Amino acid sequence: MTDFTPYSALIGGALIGLISAFLLFGLGRVLGISGFVHGLIARDSQFGWRASFLIGLLLAGVIAAFMTEVPYRIVTMPWFQVLAAGLLVGYGTKMGSGCTSGHGVCGLGRRSMRSVVAVSTFMATAIITVYFVRHVF
Amino acid sequence: MKNIFSLICGLLFGAGLIISQMANPDKVLSFLDILGGWDPSLAFVMGGAVLVTLIAFPLILKRQKPLLDTQFHMPTKKIIDRPLVLGAALFGIGWGLSGYCPGPGITQLGAGLVSGHWADPLMFVIGLFVGSLIYSKLNSTKS
Repeated sequence: MTDFTPYSALIGGALIGLISAFLLFGLGRVLGISGFVHGLIARDSQFGWRASFLIGLLLAGVIAAFMTEVPYRIVTMPWFQVLAAGLLVGYGTKMGSGCTSGHGVCGLGRRSMRSVVAVSTFMATAIITVYFVRHVF
Repeated sequence: MKNIFSLICGLLFGAGLIISQMANPDKVLSFLDILGGWDPSLAFVMGGAVLVTLIAFPLILKRQKPLLDTQFHMPTKKIIDRPLVLGAALFGIGWGLSGYCPGPGITQLGAGLVSGHWADPLMFVIGLFVGSLIYSKLNSTKS
């Protein structure tokens, strides 16, 4: 349903990897976005830089939208499906200690076995979920 | 200094999500739909990113300390336990239901505030924070 865009994917992906390395180089931390969200809720001593990162992430969207048309969801779905998805992602990433950035980009990069298991698991359940939503129901 | 450094990282990471189209939920769902009209693009995002971290992380971790801190703070857990697998499984279901993982949801909300398409990512971000809060509440009462 969407076009194959390998070059922009590779360039954007490399930038994502570079920034993950840059954050490790500067702050000595794994770049895990779900971890930053959980950290905000915990309100611990690491609040400042985590909040700053998430504000940067939000601002990136704001700035990009002023410069160009950022693709948004065209194949719409009910709001409660998106809300339920958010709840599962918030709950699951807290329980499983990470998401696509922390376990995927960083965890695989540092050859963590826990991250290999996590990535295999969430890729599998995500693919199965999409299969059921699009082809069964 | 840490906060400014982190803010810049967030901005550039968000740019990476937009350039790669990881921030586009339709694109993510097409990638996950391997038995439909599969769009394998996002495998290149993950591939490109992991290629960089695989090379860069060991080099960075050889240093005595990071630039702006006295030590590295790496995860120490090694054991593969039930919460890891169950948590990752639940996250995958949420990702597959919406096409949003945490970073793209937040960046898409920023773009939506300008373009007017904010309602969809806002639902996700509200869920993200509330879901995290629910887990914390349920598991703090146990200990």
